[in-house]
Amino acid sequence: MEYTILILALPVLSFLILGLAGMYMKHRVAGLIGTLSLTGVTFLSYLTAYEYFTAPRTAEGVFETLMPWNFQWLPFNTSLHIDMGILLDPISVMMLVVISTVSLMVHIYSFGYMKGEVGFQRYYAFLSLFSFSMLGLVLATNIFQMYVFWELVGVSSYLLIGFYYTKPEAIAASKKAFIVTRFADLGFLIGILIYGFYMGTFTFTPEQEQLMKCGMLLPLALGLMFIGGAGKSAMFPLHIWLPDAMEGPTPVSALIHAATMVVAGVYLVARMFPLFIGYAPETLHLVAYVGAFTAFYAASVACAQSDIKRVLAFSTISQIGFMMVALGVCTTADPHEGGLGYMAGMFHLFTHAMFKALLFLGAGCIIHAVHSNEMSTMGGLRKYMPITHITFLIACLAIAGIPPFSGFFSKDEILTACFQFSPVMGWIMTIIAGMTAFYMFRLYYGIFWGTENKELHKHHTPHESPLSMTFPLMVLAAITIVCGWILPFGHFISANGHAYDIHLNTQVAVTSIVVALIAIALATWMYARDKQPVADMLAKRFATLHRAAYKRFYMDEIWLFVTHKIIFRCISTPLAWFDRHVIDQFMNFMAWSTNASGEAAQPIQNGKIQSYTMWFLGGIIVLSIILLLN
Amino acid sequence: MEIHVIHYLVISTIMMFCGIYGFFTRKNLLALLISVELMLNATNINFAVFNRYLFPGQLEGHFFTLFGIAIAAAETAVAIAIIINVYRNVKQILTDDITDLKG
Repeated sequence: MEYTILILALPVLSFLILGLAGMYMKHRVAGLIGTLSLTGVTFLSYLTAYEYFTAPRTAEGVFETLMPWNFQWLPFNTSLHIDMGILLDPISVMMLVVISTVSLMVHIYSFGYMKGEVGFQRYYAFLSLFSFSMLGLVLATNIFQMYVFWELVGVSSYLLIGFYYTKPEAIAASKKAFIVTRFADLGFLIGILIYGFYMGTFTFTPEQEQLMKCGMLLPLALGLMFIGGAGKSAMFPLHIWLPDAMEGPTPVSALIHAATMVVAGVYLVARMFPLFIGYAPETLHLVAYVGAFTAFYAASVACAQSDIKRVLAFSTISQIGFMMVALGVCTTADPHEGGLGYMAGMFHLFTHAMFKALLFLGAGCIIHAVHSNEMSTMGGLRKYMPITHITFLIACLAIAGIPPFSGFFSKDEILTACFQFSPVMGWIMTIIAGMTAFYMFRLYYGIFWGTENKELHKHHTPHESPLSMTFPLMVLAAITIVCGWILPFGHFISANGHAYDIHLNTQVAVTSIVVALIAIALATWMYARDKQPVADMLAKRFATLHRAAYKRFYMDEIWLFVTHKIIFRCISTPLAWFDRHVIDQFMNFMAWSTNASGEAAQPIQNGKIQSYTMWFLGGIIVLSIILLLN
Repeated sequence: MEIHVIHYLVISTIMMFCGIYGFFTRKNLLALLISVELMLNATNINFAVFNRYLFPGQLEGHFFTLFGIAIAAAETAVAIAIIINVYRNVKQILTDDITDLKG
């Protein structure tokens, strides 16, 4: 499996070529270079997945963990060293497939979406950089390599959100995303340092005696790492950057802020899962509670947003909350006995990446057609954009959890795992799943049904996007339709690595379908008609609530208040004053006194030999007196 | 009156301090040179005197005196050459006024 190094080498190569020589290239050449390298990566990823999952299992019945590449990068002492390498195990191989598929689709899609944009080559260079970083993150052999690539995806996300760098909102959004995630990464870094310091290793699978050395600090270290994961995966209250990140180009939102980078936090928890389950189950359940609250919060906000990308952003936050819950409700590593959530979370990660990328790319087609993000400018688009309409509907059905689409299967497993953990959690998540179906169909009807905006369409009739944009939609829709029931996901990935047959829990499945259907019916009743009297009436009656949800329950304002009014005013300003008036002044005094003593000593060195000899004589006389007195 | 070593030393001390005084006070390079010669010759006298009175029959002190005279001659030649060149360039041999090379 040594060829896996090419999976990392190809994108970095195309990033260097496009970054250094991109401006001398035609748009099409630059796009082709990026897309071809990603095609290579995709091919190699599929080959890796095929070879890995068809290889015989070990005697314990699990897939072997391979490290085709691993070299020592920074040795600290004999046991503590930072390595760089490639780790192949079920979840990293699964992530390879997800990332390369979505990334390739986005590369193809961007041909149409970004056509004629200034900085087309730069865009493809950044996409390559992002693909490289994300692949490096999932292939990391140790926690520190993961951290290095973790920061790299943060940088590429920053660069791509701020792609339209002449737009002030885009710049603000990119800065916000970078600062918030970087702030969260501080927790991750401290967690890694505690882990490395007490354990004496950075590997994911420490020895028993190393674990003993860490002891009580391991849950703390894992909890701090989860803060980093929560920042990247937009968990409440660190979610504020993700909705704003929608200022970036829509394919970027599909790739980074829906399918790959934002699930890095889920991947991190899954990666540390054996340690969580073995030594810090309370921390793991904390993950579940954070995830559940985030899922609920984001779902309720999504019901009131009017910008279609914001709705999708909050739906992403909510779905990542589902994945976190799935991981968090695990109580053992046995999928038959309370360890189902691990498989369910990973499965949902896989299916969600596909249908959420599809939703975002579909939203990109719509924005391309009507040149606006606002739902009010849309309506009645289904007859103009048939392919987008059908694929969007498929994705909506998938996320709502309607069989036989992929989302149903993964969400059903999550709900089953939740019911195993506690019925309360199960019912809460079922209701949130119903809310998901409701706001997704509100979005769907708002875009494709309802009143057509005649005034807007007078000048410019919306039209279906070119093939380069609809082709990825069709591919992702096909995956969304089949991957739920055709893919024996539990055979590949489960909490303890043994093959697990996914079987639907009839009671849970029926409940969730019924809830989803009720929610869809409600959305149809409220939003499918030309006029929406019920929705308007509700918005008017619960004006405060509606306004609060529209304003995302004032989370941004609260953060602004905390940072500006409390941190800046009460901590930063006095610190700045102290720095300016005490530390700087002390340094100025040091410089001034050196200068002044130099000035004072200068007249002695006047260049006159006779005055020097006078000093010399004086010195001799003094010395003689001293000698005489002794 | 018998001449003792002390008498020679008084003369050489007077010469020495005349030289030092001249070196400190004079501004003319030639006067400085003369002062330096006075100091040198004061030491030469000391060498000769101590040899003559303390170690009669030995010659080291006398040789040092001879070396001193030779070095003084060479030094004077070099110093006068420099002074002449300085004079040619700046038309001036007063130390306070020769400041062209000062930073």
